[in-house]
Amino acid sequence: MNDQAQLLPGTLDLLILRAVSLGPLHGYGILLRIGQISDNALLIEQGALYPGLFRLLRQGLLKASWGTSENNRRAKFYELTAAGRKRLREETESWNRLVSAMASALSQQPEEI
Amino acid sequence: MKLLDSLRFRMAALFGRAQIRAEMEEEIRSHIEHRADDLVRSGLNRTEAERRARVEFGGREKCKEEIHEALGSNFIGGLLQDVRFALRVLRKSPGFTFAAVLTLALAIGANAVVFGIFNGMILRPLNVPQAESLYGTEYGNNPGWQSYPNYLDLRDRNRSFDGLAAFNFVFPGFDTGKNPSGSSGYTTSGNYFDVLRIQPYLGRFYHAADEHGPNSAPFVVLTHAFWHSRFQDDPGVVGRTVFLNKHPFTILGVAPPGFHGTVSFAFVDFFMPIVNEGQIYGGSTLDERGSNVTVFEVFGHLKPGVTLTQATADVNAVGAYLEKTYPQDFSHKSTPLSRQGLTVFGGAVTAFVAGLMLLAGLILLAACANLGSLFAARASDRSREVALRLALGSSRKRILRGLFTEALLISLAGGAVGLLGSVALLRRLSTWQPIAAAPARLPVAPDAKIYLVALLLAVVSGLLFAIVPVRQVLRANPYEIVKAGSNARLGRRMTVRDVLLVVQIAICAVLVTSSLVAVRGLARSLHGNFGFEPRNAMLLNVNLAMAGYSGDQASAMKRRMFDAMGTIPGVEHVGWVNDYPPLAYGSNFRSNVYKEETTDLRQANTAATPFRYNISPGYFEAAGTSLLTGRGFRWNDDKGSPSVAVVNREFAVKIFGSVAQAMGRDFKLQDGTRVEVVGVVEDGKYLSLNEDPQPAIFLPALQSPSSTFYMVVRSERDPEQLAAAMRSKLRELDAGLPVTITTWKTVLSLVLFPSQMATAALGVLGMMGAMLSITGIFGMAAYSVSRRLRELGIRVALGAQRKEVLQAALGRPLKLLAIGSATGLALGIFAGKVLAYIVYQATPRDPLVLGGVVLAMLLLGLVATWIPAQRALSIDPLILLREE
Repeated sequence: MNDQAQLLPGTLDLLILRAVSLGPLHGYGILLRIGQISDNALLIEQGALYPGLFRLLRQGLLKASWGTSENNRRAKFYELTAAGRKRLREETESWNRLVSAMASALSQQPEEI
Repeated sequence: MKLLDSLRFRMAALFGRAQIRAEMEEEIRSHIEHRADDLVRSGLNRTEAERRARVEFGGREKCKEEIHEALGSNFIGGLLQDVRFALRVLRKSPGFTFAAVLTLALAIGANAVVFGIFNGMILRPLNVPQAESLYGTEYGNNPGWQSYPNYLDLRDRNRSFDGLAAFNFVFPGFDTGKNPSGSSGYTTSGNYFDVLRIQPYLGRFYHAADEHGPNSAPFVVLTHAFWHSRFQDDPGVVGRTVFLNKHPFTILGVAPPGFHGTVSFAFVDFFMPIVNEGQIYGGSTLDERGSNVTVFEVFGHLKPGVTLTQATADVNAVGAYLEKTYPQDFSHKSTPLSRQGLTVFGGAVTAFVAGLMLLAGLILLAACANLGSLFAARASDRSREVALRLALGSSRKRILRGLFTEALLISLAGGAVGLLGSVALLRRLSTWQPIAAAPARLPVAPDAKIYLVALLLAVVSGLLFAIVPVRQVLRANPYEIVKAGSNARLGRRMTVRDVLLVVQIAICAVLVTSSLVAVRGLARSLHGNFGFEPRNAMLLNVNLAMAGYSGDQASAMKRRMFDAMGTIPGVEHVGWVNDYPPLAYGSNFRSNVYKEETTDLRQANTAATPFRYNISPGYFEAAGTSLLTGRGFRWNDDKGSPSVAVVNREFAVKIFGSVAQAMGRDFKLQDGTRVEVVGVVEDGKYLSLNEDPQPAIFLPALQSPSSTFYMVVRSERDPEQLAAAMRSKLRELDAGLPVTITTWKTVLSLVLFPSQMATAALGVLGMMGAMLSITGIFGMAAYSVSRRLRELGIRVALGAQRKEVLQAALGRPLKLLAIGSATGLALGIFAGKVLAYIVYQATPRDPLVLGGVVLAMLLLGLVATWIPAQRALSIDPLILLREE
């Protein structure tokens, strides 16, 4: 059960942007892609994905169009807009900074302080 | 680009809600099918795979709701949704909605009307530039500025005003060459328009430089309204000659629309220079320093930086100087200055409007209390629904938002209806001419501000009554309520709703008390003793100067008219009074009177300043004034005989000590004439109904002729027939005589107007208060019966008597009614002191008023609890117990 990490608030959007940055995807595809790129460590509830997608659409970070999927079914494909690409870059940087700062903070030994 | 996309998306979110919903649906379906495809690939059959996929996806509705929320920080979209929901809820209970909207429409409408009056009468009394710095003297308190020489001195000696103008009213015959008719105008100082800083609409105004002594400036300026009605907007009127009381005047120009003079409720026809007043009156008082009839008011703009206190001190200093210089003619009284526009009525009007605003505010408060308790009752009836929604995952915030939306919808609808009604009412009021004889109207035409105020009131009252049930929703515990049903909490303690009901009933009792006090006051003033009897008396008003009579000719004509009236069958008495009868518009001629031993006739030594009337023989009989002792006048009390006077009781007591001591004694007039008292009459009312007993003297009309007079004709005959008979007699004498014939009662409408207005306003507010309390008590009683039907049913089943059932069902509402009424009555008695300012003889310590209020409240309670009581009595325990 606990080999899956709890999603931090705000990270879902970043994950979606990252998943979509690798090529246009439909909703179910995004879920699979997130599982794939996180080695199934991050699992997102299926129903929780869509509010996030609509939020990003509204912010103009994603755009969507209807097309046909690999299963030959109608599906709505999402891809990054220019603004989305920019946001992904910024968020990734700030995430990395946070992670390294947290890692450094947590790895300090008592005598070094 | 991003902005554009976002905008497009928002627009789509707003307008294409249905499309988005369909798309969402399809996307979720697509998702589930893709998942099912995967599951089939892992070995499940199709049906089972689809079922699993759906289960894994979780709550679809919840998902959609969350998507909406993600979109729907979109404020307008959420609002529309709330509104749609609220409308559905309200449509389900049309009775409640109708009652609530109606209640608020009345309450907000009343407030909007009162605000319209406040706005028109007090906020913007005059339609001129910088009206806020325009201050002037007040008519009626005789500080000495009613004389033209004093005005000139004040104009030149003061250091506080940027120019000082003077004006008075004038009512000459106005003749354009074919259709002479009565008219109303101002005589003004030459600088009038320049002091007001206004520009003509057409042609030009006259200026100070146009005046070169008496009768030097025969000019008139028309008001825009008069130009429109009398000259059909003809731009060619400028330069044309018209005749005022047969004297030629040149039309100089037209005043701008919206300007109708410097008294806000008087709507006159024209303006003319005061230096030409001699032509109108056939004689002028311009050089009489002691006159108190030449100038109505004096006003000007305060210089920048000069405060009202400084200006008042300055004016009083000039007054003190003049008194020292002209002790014979001027006795200075401290002069208050006030905003120009409402003259001496400023204080009374402000007090009246403030009182109205207070009462209207109370009405709105009562309405909010009423709706608040209705909303609370509804909320507890709907507690099951609320509990269910909470249990299904709705947030309290969302439910509260729904509640507030409902409340605001109701209050906005009520506000809109109320506003429409009040705007229509104000339009009617502003064109209404309440007093037939005077060019007076209420300047209360609605403007944009009233819309704003109504909106504000609607929103505030909506929020106010929506707050009441908030606590109830916040505290609601879904599990308890669903488990126990809606009857879970049946408290015996005082609830918010009880308090609201008591407040509401108390307010209503205040309103009912006020209106009863006002009605009693009016009844008393109608049947009070005026010192004359207006019933069965006709007044014939003639201006002989207008018809070209003057001097001895006029006196002879008066006598012929007197004789002619006496020959009409059914006429008992005839008499006349020069200028105006008591209590008529403009009847405030006063004279300085000295004791007979006084030799230094300076103003400071006056013994009294009584009202003064010049009357003909027979006047007292015709007017119905009773003579206490002595005699009235005879035809030989004329110019050749010694000066005699009849005085009223107040004068006799004040000057001579008693009625008996006054007979045969002398007093002196300003010019030193000794006058002998030959009779004493009863006291009366002379200027206003609520004045204290005032001294008055009556002098023989034959000793001081005048061209305008009112002839009193007393007869029991039908007024219309009598008027027709009088007209035909007058035609025999002179067919061209301009006469007005009215009943004396009509003429009194001017002095009765304030009390009538007050009574009407308070009556309407009282009715509204009564209606509100009926709905309030009814709501409470009906609710308490319906909530306790089961309990009452059990009581009946166990053998309770009718009385006991009623007591159980209605005891509480009636107890609240009693508490509320008692509180309201106490407050109402207190408020009566405020009413006394407006309503003549208003006293709430009147057994009739007290009894009336108690009776009214009892009746209201009876009416309001009748239906619920019937329902409680008709309970059939069997049906009731089977139902549950």
